[in-house]
Amino acid sequence: MEFFRIHKTIPFMRHALVLNIISFVTFALAVFFLLHRGLHLSVEFTGGTVMEVAYQQSADIGKVREAIGKLGYPDVQVQSYGTSRDVQIRLPAQKGMNSDQQSAQVMQALKTVDPSATQRGIEVVGPQVGEELTTNGLKALGMVVVGIMIYLAIRFEWKFAVATVLANLHDVVIILGFFAFFQWEFSLAVLAAVLAVLGYSVNESVVIFDRVRENFRRYRKMSTVEIIDNAITSTISRTIITHGSTQLVVLSMFFFGGPTLHYFALALTIGILFGIYSSCFVAAAIAMWLGIKREDLIKGGPTKRDGGSEDDPNAGAVV
Amino acid sequence: MNRYPVWKYAIIVIVLLVGLIYSLPNFFGEAPAVQVSAAKSTAKVDAATQSRVEEALKAAGLAPDLLTLEGGSLRARFATPDEQLKARDTVQRALVPDPADPPYVVALNLVSRSPAWLTALHAFPMYLGLDLRGGVDFLLQVDMKGAIDKKAESFASDLRTTFRDKGIRGTSVSRNGQTVEVSFRDAAALDAAKRLIQDQFQDLATTDSQDGSNWRLVASIKPEAARRLQDAALKQNITTLHNRINELGVAEPVIQQQGLDRIVVQLPGVQDTAKAKDILGRTATLEMRLVDESAEGRAAELSGGPVPFGSEKFLERNGRPVIVKKQVLVTGESLTDAQPGFDQQSNQPKVDLTMDAKGGRIMRDVSRENYKKRMAMLIFEKGKGEVLTAPSINGELGNRFQISGSMTVVEANDLALLLRAGSLAAPMEIIQERTIGPSLGADNIEKGFKSVMYGFLAIMVFMCAYYALFGLFSSIALAVNLMLLVAILSMLQATLTLPGIAAMALAIGVAIDSNVLINERVREELRNGASPQAAIHAGYDRAWGTILDSNVTTLIAGIALLAFGSGPIRGFAVVHCIGIVTSMFSAVFFSRGLVNFWYGQKKKLKTVSIGTVWRPKTNGTAVAEGK
Repeated sequence: MEFFRIHKTIPFMRHALVLNIISFVTFALAVFFLLHRGLHLSVEFTGGTVMEVAYQQSADIGKVREAIGKLGYPDVQVQSYGTSRDVQIRLPAQKGMNSDQQSAQVMQALKTVDPSATQRGIEVVGPQVGEELTTNGLKALGMVVVGIMIYLAIRFEWKFAVATVLANLHDVVIILGFFAFFQWEFSLAVLAAVLAVLGYSVNESVVIFDRVRENFRRYRKMSTVEIIDNAITSTISRTIITHGSTQLVVLSMFFFGGPTLHYFALALTIGILFGIYSSCFVAAAIAMWLGIKREDLIKGGPTKRDGGSEDDPNAGAVV
Repeated sequence: MNRYPVWKYAIIVIVLLVGLIYSLPNFFGEAPAVQVSAAKSTAKVDAATQSRVEEALKAAGLAPDLLTLEGGSLRARFATPDEQLKARDTVQRALVPDPADPPYVVALNLVSRSPAWLTALHAFPMYLGLDLRGGVDFLLQVDMKGAIDKKAESFASDLRTTFRDKGIRGTSVSRNGQTVEVSFRDAAALDAAKRLIQDQFQDLATTDSQDGSNWRLVASIKPEAARRLQDAALKQNITTLHNRINELGVAEPVIQQQGLDRIVVQLPGVQDTAKAKDILGRTATLEMRLVDESAEGRAAELSGGPVPFGSEKFLERNGRPVIVKKQVLVTGESLTDAQPGFDQQSNQPKVDLTMDAKGGRIMRDVSRENYKKRMAMLIFEKGKGEVLTAPSINGELGNRFQISGSMTVVEANDLALLLRAGSLAAPMEIIQERTIGPSLGADNIEKGFKSVMYGFLAIMVFMCAYYALFGLFSSIALAVNLMLLVAILSMLQATLTLPGIAAMALAIGVAIDSNVLINERVREELRNGASPQAAIHAGYDRAWGTILDSNVTTLIAGIALLAFGSGPIRGFAVVHCIGIVTSMFSAVFFSRGLVNFWYGQKKKLKTVSIGTVWRPKTNGTAVAEGK
């Protein structure tokens, strides 16, 4: 089997400008929705109480909401969770009542409506935990960005580092934009997914840049644009197959992993799709706009075996 | 060209064997077991308890197929739930003579069914997180400011007493937040006080100032001392929590420090949060009282006569009665520290006690009046008291004194621990709690494993269809990767959570990347007209640089998650990072080993196009194109 029978180099960079404009618009939209609607943060960030209640038959969410509304909660979210018999209820923290009293009161109210209601789980988070998670999440994001930039600047060149990180942030912001637009719940698991995407999506750019470097070394007469086109073309099969297989696993999580992994898988799916696109068009294009040249990559030090040697410059690290 | 030296194969075989052994215990499932743990801080589960349990079981004709003593609890595994119930009753009868005052908790538990030889190799299954097995999870915040405030308060009263003793006049000592302020009427007193503090209170730093005829000294706790104090407070709280949670009879509680000032408490299988909270908040108290040395008291102690009026009878740990007076001299509130050590002169184990100023004063008065008499230290839990030790007073005691005598090192350690366990060093509050029902846990684990399994199968089918034999090699490498991942997690005794399972699934997707890179490279080389052997060689070599780069960047993200994440994020990050490392081994080193093993020998068979042999059409055109 062979999906990709590419005979000629595909001129990816010819469309770079158009696609970059589209990218920019998507990015701007994502930022707009993030600012305008904000993320629908989970209880881990906001603090409060989340209860999971199971019924014997399909739950009537309207009735559940009504029963809790009578208790005097102004802002209660009730949604089905996993199956139609499971309901998730979020209660904001209320003054003068601790979580135990809160949940006991709610359970009692629910049982009077339908005695088959049983509590499956409860989660209570104080507000200071959430604050800390937010700052830690931002710190982690910062550390990933800086760490990757330093590594890439050492292994390649600063232009590549900048291009990669920009492409990466593009992916992350767009994932966040999706979560803001659809008001999907942004939980700790989703944050983990977003950060995993950061590391994962760099892969793509690294693979392409690796090839760019190799091409610069091998084809001395090609222009930069041709070299980038060639690099993307010759790695496109790998890119798509890798992402395809990761996507297979993620889809498996999406369909079989249950409600807890649902948004995690969703965030990864968006990350994977945009990861392919951004590494081909955003990272490579930014590197091109930044004006990478043969001299940037082929410098004295690491490339002693110049002149079409069989070996990769990293050959010292053969396993 | 494509041959591994023997030592490389040896490494592969060894790693596979180790991986197999350590991942095995996870596949045996769980068997019913009886667990014995201490219900009181004075009871201990040790080899002696083990032999008692063994005997009791033997007498009842029950034979556990595994009996382990680990981390202060004893577990006996049985084949059927019937035997388990019988054994529970037997052990209960043997170890708990009085159900109203149980020294041990005998609980039903589940223990891995893995055979004894695996356990002997320290191969244990992964620990399942609460989200996979159900239970309660608390996050407690320790009030460090409170701990420091308390310490400053005790310093203030210590200083007050010391100044009075040393005759430093005209002082007023007050605590102001976390510092102690002292004012003097003359400079000489200030100097004397400063010297005294430098001498006797090394944890304090002083700054002085003059305001008219008023000299002022501000003593603050040194930062390193504060840090030590916070650390000690946290440790002590954890110890105290341990003692309290043992009362619940929870099979495998987790009590861990998280960050600088937080404690995680996980109680698997517990559904009743209210009771758990009640017990977490309860205090054990320590009391010091004089032993009743009157004739009646002695008679009661030695021959079981009536307990004299004004005294009470308590038992020592070894069951010997001690008659103590009802009057309480000092409570655990006054005890600020208890540390085991060695007496410099006699070289015997001892326990050093530190009291606050008030306690010290009382101890001094009492010791002066009761020289050579005995003093008992009692610990009260659930309203019942027990004598920890009853040493005789051998001199005047101050706020620092020691207990020594015929103690072993272990006993000294235990005693110090028990003395400290009496109270919380700093107040705590619950800032997060989660209860996961057992059915939800079972759901989670089932769904998690299903998603890993289907994802794995889907990739395997695709790889085999797309890359034929190389795809099979990749699939085997992927399976090895999964096995190594599980083995390492089991070796680390990591806690597997739902995010951890998600990371495992993701690791499969990411790990295959390396193999795709390699396989695509090999194909490309073939397409460009390289001989099969050269193509394999170049494919692996050239892909390596890319694999390394991409994995290092992924690892950077993983480490950032590990550094800043907590709870579920950390569970995800651990598996994610280990998965990246194992995938480097399996996808590059191991899969190449397989390929070399299969093709490396065929030196003369260079005409066989490998890897693309199942795709002659593409290969043919591609080669033609390339040339």
